[in-house]
Amino acid sequence: TTADFAVKTHIWTDDWQVHHLIEGSDDERKHKKLLEAIGSMGGRKRKKQNERSEASVQVSEYFVNAEGTGDKVNLSDLLGTVEKTSGASNKTKKQLRNLQSSKETLELPLNKQQTEKVSAEFSVQLLVSCWKNIILQNQKAEQMVFPLNQESSGPKRVEQVVAGWKVQTPLEQEIFRLLHGSRQPVNDPVLTPVEEQSLKAMSLEEAKIRRAELQKARALQSYYEAKAKREKKIKSKKYHKVQNKAKRKDFLKQFDEMVKTNPEGALEELKKMELSRMEERMSLKHQNSGKWAKSKAIMAKYDDSARKAMQEQLQMNKDLTQKMVVPSDDEHESIEEGLETVPDFVNDPETVIDPVNPWMRGQLTHEEPEVSCVTAEEVQTAEEENEEEEIIGEFERKRKLRQVVEEDVVEVSDKEEEDEDEEEDVSEFNTLFRLMRSEKTREGSNQTRGGLNTAGEEDEEGLLSEGQIRVRSIEDLEVLDEVVEPRAIEEPSAPQTAAAEATSEPPHKKKREINLKEVLTKEAKAVRLPFLPTVVDEEERDEQISIIKEAFAGDDVISDFIKDKSRQEAAGRPAVVDLTLPGWGEWGGVGLKPPRWKRKRFRIKTAPPPPRQDQKLPDVIISEKRTASVASHQVSQLPFPFQNTAQFESSIRTPIGSTWNTQTVVKNMTKPKVVTKLGAIIEPMVKEDFIKSKTTALWLLEIGHKKFVFSVLGIVGLHVNSCAFCL
Amino acid sequence: MAAVTPEVLTSTHVEKMKKKKLPKRYWEETEKTDQSQRRPEEEQGKAGQNQNKSTVKEKSLKRKNGESLEKKDPFPGEAPIPQKQLQKFQRGKKCKVPAGARERLKEAIAISEAMSEHAQKQAARYDLLLPEDAGFLEGDEDEDTNTISQADIADAVDITSGSKYFNLHLSQFGPYRLDYSRTGRNLLVGGKKGHVACIDWQTKDLKCEMNVMETVNDVKWLHTEAMFAVAQKRWLYIYDSKGVELHCVKKFNDVLRMQFLPYHFLLATASATGFLQYLDVSIGKEVAAICTKMGRLDVMAQNPHNAVIHLGHPNGTVSLWSPNQKESLVKMLCHRGAVRSLAVDKTGTYMVTSGLDRKLKVYDIRAFKPLHSCFLPAGASCLSLSQRGLLSAATGEIVQVYQNVLGSNPVSKPYMAHRLRGQIWGLAYCPFEDVLGIGHGEGFTSMIVPGAGEPNFDALDTNPYRSHKQRQEWEVKALLEKVQPELIGLDPGQLSKVDQASFEQRHKEQIEALGFDPLAKDKFKPRTKKKGRSSAGAIEKRKRKVAHEDQRVFLSLSLLSLFAIISHCSYYRHDDASHRRCNIFKQSD
Repeated sequence: TTADFAVKTHIWTDDWQVHHLIEGSDDERKHKKLLEAIGSMGGRKRKKQNERSEASVQVSEYFVNAEGTGDKVNLSDLLGTVEKTSGASNKTKKQLRNLQSSKETLELPLNKQQTEKVSAEFSVQLLVSCWKNIILQNQKAEQMVFPLNQESSGPKRVEQVVAGWKVQTPLEQEIFRLLHGSRQPVNDPVLTPVEEQSLKAMSLEEAKIRRAELQKARALQSYYEAKAKREKKIKSKKYHKVQNKAKRKDFLKQFDEMVKTNPEGALEELKKMELSRMEERMSLKHQNSGKWAKSKAIMAKYDDSARKAMQEQLQMNKDLTQKMVVPSDDEHESIEEGLETVPDFVNDPETVIDPVNPWMRGQLTHEEPEVSCVTAEEVQTAEEENEEEEIIGEFERKRKLRQVVEEDVVEVSDKEEEDEDEEEDVSEFNTLFRLMRSEKTREGSNQTRGGLNTAGEEDEEGLLSEGQIRVRSIEDLEVLDEVVEPRAIEEPSAPQTAAAEATSEPPHKKKREINLKEVLTKEAKAVRLPFLPTVVDEEERDEQISIIKEAFAGDDVISDFIKDKSRQEAAGRPAVVDLTLPGWGEWGGVGLKPPRWKRKRFRIKTAPPPPRQDQKLPDVIISEKRTASVASHQVSQLPFPFQNTAQFESSIRTPIGSTWNTQTVVKNMTKPKVVTKLGAIIEPMVKEDFIKSKTTALWLLEIGHKKFVFSVLGIVGLHVNSCAFCL
Repeated sequence: MAAVTPEVLTSTHVEKMKKKKLPKRYWEETEKTDQSQRRPEEEQGKAGQNQNKSTVKEKSLKRKNGESLEKKDPFPGEAPIPQKQLQKFQRGKKCKVPAGARERLKEAIAISEAMSEHAQKQAARYDLLLPEDAGFLEGDEDEDTNTISQADIADAVDITSGSKYFNLHLSQFGPYRLDYSRTGRNLLVGGKKGHVACIDWQTKDLKCEMNVMETVNDVKWLHTEAMFAVAQKRWLYIYDSKGVELHCVKKFNDVLRMQFLPYHFLLATASATGFLQYLDVSIGKEVAAICTKMGRLDVMAQNPHNAVIHLGHPNGTVSLWSPNQKESLVKMLCHRGAVRSLAVDKTGTYMVTSGLDRKLKVYDIRAFKPLHSCFLPAGASCLSLSQRGLLSAATGEIVQVYQNVLGSNPVSKPYMAHRLRGQIWGLAYCPFEDVLGIGHGEGFTSMIVPGAGEPNFDALDTNPYRSHKQRQEWEVKALLEKVQPELIGLDPGQLSKVDQASFEQRHKEQIEALGFDPLAKDKFKPRTKKKGRSSAGAIEKRKRKVAHEDQRVFLSLSLLSLFAIISHCSYYRHDDASHRRCNIFKQSD
């Protein structure tokens, strides 16, 4: 490469020389004549001097005459000897030979504007790029303390303190005069020589950094110049076509890979495609509406190629405007939504549901076979103690006795019988309830109300009779207490029968209906008291009974509740919009109904609202009203970096108040983003502020730059001189 | 060279250790785990240096054992926190950074996660400062704890604790209602026949005593022990601790039951006329008055978790109310007969109800599902839940205390029982004390229930030992941190969620709240022009020019509402005309 450089300079000097020779030939002739005249004067003929004497100042270098003036100097003339010298390596020889054989001239440099543009671009890039990191860092910083480089508040070295101190009082002045008189050093120098040296070294480092930057800029500039030139030169359409095709193929390949490895990126790409599609759709490109296309259209009739070209254009349009099939996120989202709408109670323990309760539970078959009852009892009792079993047996006997006694008595005061009654009632109610539920959709609620009323009455009766238990003595009370137990034991048999009936029912009924007894109630377990309740006075008992009567006066709790719930549900359901206009298309008038087709077409059924929260809780009505009061305090739009609400909500899930956190955590969480020192001037940031601390990083950058330059050299191979500084 | 010799040394050293068998130190276990924890990190980082480093470490250890030249921390690093404690302070789920997320998002999530974790760890660490444990009662073998009488307990325990069992014989003024102040220091009793007294029950120091000469339905402390509210025959009165009448709130009439929401400074009252009213005691304003339309309201409880008021009704339902909604948030059918009493536990998870059908039911009120129910032959007239979840039920003249009621295990036999004379009218656990206060026909009884109260108190919130000055400071702080009544709802975490309502819906709500449409376009008002061009006729003409626009807007609105009914987004797909209408609609918005 040095040889090449030499050649270049020689060629250049050659031209210059010739030019000057032509210009200055007149003077020279005069000068020659003068010399000759002087020579002749001396008598003795002076020998004509053709050589240049180095000592003379006046002697022009243009006197130097080459052998063959006017010929171009070849590289071989200068370096011919290299071939013969044995010291030179074969490699360099080969390179030189190659250089000789190449006939290329040097390319013209880019014109001024372009060079300036490229260099400006790079200088700006470089300028900005060095700030980029620090800006990002500051943006990310949790807290900024201004002014930026404050002196540390910790203890300082004595020298630092003394440096800014001046002698003021006369006493001090006298002391210092004395000190200076003795030529003693007043204070230690702030910096030791070593430190100063190191400081200097730092400045060198900076210089290096600067140099590296410049080198990088130059290299990049040349690289870009070359690239721009190269691409500018190529005129072949085919080349571009091929290039584009190759690019497309490459892209497709990459895209396929991306779909597997980086689906997010692939989606981005897809979006880009979509954008290009949109652009294509908006523009008239490839639509055969341009000047060229029109001319082709005329030709198309006769020219096959023109037709083909047009078709190609259209095809391209078609390809570009073809809709991409994006794998939608819908499924995923819907799942998420589902998760969100599922109420909290899903997670709650609901394991111990034993859904039996005498007053809500429907004993669906009226008379249970005695045997099954007994077996259930046995199973239960086997687990319990023998003592209890005995008690139960005793109780059973007592009950039978009482039944026998009271058979002739019409009054229904027995607890057991009352229980049965009650259960029957409930079962009746349940069947009615089911009926009502199924029929309600078809017809009005008139009939059901009636049914419910009857059920209610019967129910009430049962309850009232419950209230009328007479407790005569403590023993009786004991008996009553124990009555509860066997009943509780008997109950588990109910679900089986319920299930049996459920299967017998048609399936379309089943889906809407919620079995009350499964959800509503639980088995009541009797609790043994440490003290038995004292015998209640007759007066008080009457009072209690009256209270109970009052409480139950004329209301059937369950049916009321169900009615209430169904009312609420109905209110939440959207109404059917009827848009039929009578008289349009047929006769209209009083008593004429619009025809079926019209009703079908103009009665618009709206989509059902999302399922109610209490859909699966028959004994609960949850209000579906949105509370607007909280909404005014809520965040209504997702803040910037977050992509979905879950992310944002989890980011604010930890409270920052001192009620929930320790003091340090609260301070940490609520620290201000910017802290300024009172009274301090906040200067704009200077480059030195952050560069000093990052010399190592820049050193790395330098290394990287060197590598980069070499790679550039590998590509261009010509701009050696621009990188001479670097080498 | 250097690496070889220590290895040899260490091996011998270890053997020696084994032979000697040093006495086991209590920290040895932790140290081992620490080492085992750190191992993988080392292996990850410096696989090559691993051996070398470990030998160096052992060497230093050895030196320590031999000569103790350098002091080494026996517990290097941060003290470990038990997983259980950490879990206690876990708030919500961690958020994972989605793949391919933006840099800013990653950072935001990382920062918030780090902060949450830090907060959680610190809180778990500070849990150490709550050293107290709850007590309990344990009987001898074959002895039921419920047979142990109060007198026996009082004899057995120390004098201070024993003095917590006492009776106040006040047979003159009928059954008593009672309330403990939030710190558990002061007791307020109100007899049905007008006797009201407040007592520092631990020192038995009577603060004030009076007869209001009216029926007293309920008594309640307000936010401090300086003020209390008394629901009298007609109106609600507020007295200070000296018994001076401060207010007579005539807007609140026929009040039967009261609840005070301490963090909202709200006094919720339920009246015989079926009104649920909220009084903000910090500003003295009625926040909300809701007509429940459910008849006489004499059963009331609050959910301390979300400040929702629970009301029990004669038709067996329990309804949940917030001051922000005119209808009940939830209505659940709990009993066949009337609801007699209800109580909600501190965490807001469980509700216990008792009804005229003589049942006691436990509900999970997050899911509104019954957990279990039991049959009390006498029925429970009063219920109360302690801070630690003990349930007391007044059955006739007997007070029964149940343990482990909350949860899935069914009610078995009572933990404690105590018989009183006279009908029980009020039951309340004293906060931070193992004491149950019972108001009954013959006065007041304070009963010792071991394990009832929370042993650790938050001194910044409710400090039983606070001084006068501290109380004043607390009051200011509490007022500053007052929670607005708008935030009351079923989900107390609602505020930390993003409001996902659509713009239309929010706009509608805004119109409802304001009473007018803030985005509505003004009606066209013709400018006054001169030279006779503002004559009535001319104005009318000009109006007519733009009249069709209004009409169009109106039409489009009606059509749009129709479209909106049909489907939420279908109008985008309609023909040009509807598009235009939409545009007009948007403009008019």
